[in-house]
Amino acid sequence: MKDQVLRTPLRAINWNRLDDEKDLEVWNRLTVNFWLPEKVPLSNDVQSWATLRPEERELTIRVFTGLTLLDTVQNTIGAPSMMPDAQTPHEEAVLSNISFMEAVHARSYSSIFSTLCMTKEVDEAFRWSEENPHLQAKARLILDEYKAGSDPLKRKIASVFLESFLFYSGFYLPMYWSSRAKLTNTADLIRLIIRDEAVHGYYIGYKFQRAAEKLSAEKQQELKDFAFALIFDLYDIEQKYTAELYDGIGLTEDVKAFLHYNANKALQNLGYEALFPPAACEVNPAIMAALSPDSENHDFFSGSGSSYVIGKAVATEDEDWDF
Amino acid sequence: MGGLVYFSSASGNTARFVARLNLEAARIPISPSDEMPEPATPYVLICPTYADGEGRGAVPKQVIHFLNDATRRKLLRGVIAGGNRNFGTTFALAGKVISDKCNVPLLYRFELAGTETDIARVLAGLDKFWGTECLTMA
Repeated sequence: MKDQVLRTPLRAINWNRLDDEKDLEVWNRLTVNFWLPEKVPLSNDVQSWATLRPEERELTIRVFTGLTLLDTVQNTIGAPSMMPDAQTPHEEAVLSNISFMEAVHARSYSSIFSTLCMTKEVDEAFRWSEENPHLQAKARLILDEYKAGSDPLKRKIASVFLESFLFYSGFYLPMYWSSRAKLTNTADLIRLIIRDEAVHGYYIGYKFQRAAEKLSAEKQQELKDFAFALIFDLYDIEQKYTAELYDGIGLTEDVKAFLHYNANKALQNLGYEALFPPAACEVNPAIMAALSPDSENHDFFSGSGSSYVIGKAVATEDEDWDF
Repeated sequence: MGGLVYFSSASGNTARFVARLNLEAARIPISPSDEMPEPATPYVLICPTYADGEGRGAVPKQVIHFLNDATRRKLLRGVIAGGNRNFGTTFALAGKVISDKCNVPLLYRFELAGTETDIARVLAGLDKFWGTECLTMA
């Protein structure tokens, strides 16, 4: 008798009954984009790796261990901590995909290491990642929000900042090498990670917005204040982390523009306006080109010329209007 | 100045971009059961991108349905596409697909909900574009 009253039935997930279409859309996007590091011919970078100076190699390995740490946090704590907050069973399933892909990302850096580096160098870098105060501080700030009992929406804010902002001090470097025709296969792998992180930040930011819009204006303002305060704190740490890593090769200011640009995108994922003004976000065009190759500005409004190119005319019937 | 038609999914990035343009614009509905806008004058389409890693599915289904109508398609003069550079080569791909398919220029591409710079460029660009359009009509 007691059993019948108290137990709610266990529910099997039904993907043919959706409460939120976005769950299926994102699930499909993530599963179609699935990849493993074995797909990328990293060994083609062995020769290129040998052309880097010792301090450049050390920097690269350190940057990758820093990224590994964030992926590990998101895989084992971040994504799982959001599952109990899920509004739909499908959201939980998407989060389980996100969690697993973060494990793939973390695993990928070790593939890069085993292909290019010596065990001793790598062990040293992992030790560095455990001892670096800035790296540890940023991971801890995020972990504070992932703790059980914290506000589910603040947890989502922290998660979007990790996925859409904190990775970029690290992602900058492989894009920089790629722009100089170095470690191009490694860059291909990193671009797969960057693509995944964009979907993760978009989805979690979307779920944040859906939940936040149901709250009072007062509570919404509190969340917004929290988000801007957190990104200020994270940015403060990121600046120091960036300077420590990149001062040696003179790239700190360049990396900071990239940080500003990505901080603004992270805020947009939450539905908020930009924090950094356009002048602070002028990312080196070579880095932008490395990020999205073959998509230089050929559009009309950005073009310097007065003419524009339109696609070749295709005679279409309504029947073959199939994109 | 000509019209604007846009699509924005529930995430609202494109809707926020359009709101900041502060120009009159008709929204293609998210739900297939809602009524489509029926532009009576030439317009520019603003459309986000939903491509997978191979570029498939770049143009949202509701936008395809909208453009499937020959009367609406005839008035399309240009396309502005949203996206995210994180998607690499498929960044704002919907713009290129529509541009090729409908034989109209890809006017501009922006990320997510756009920046101040994007808004200024699009406003100036549209102004100039419709000016050109009028001259060619005359």
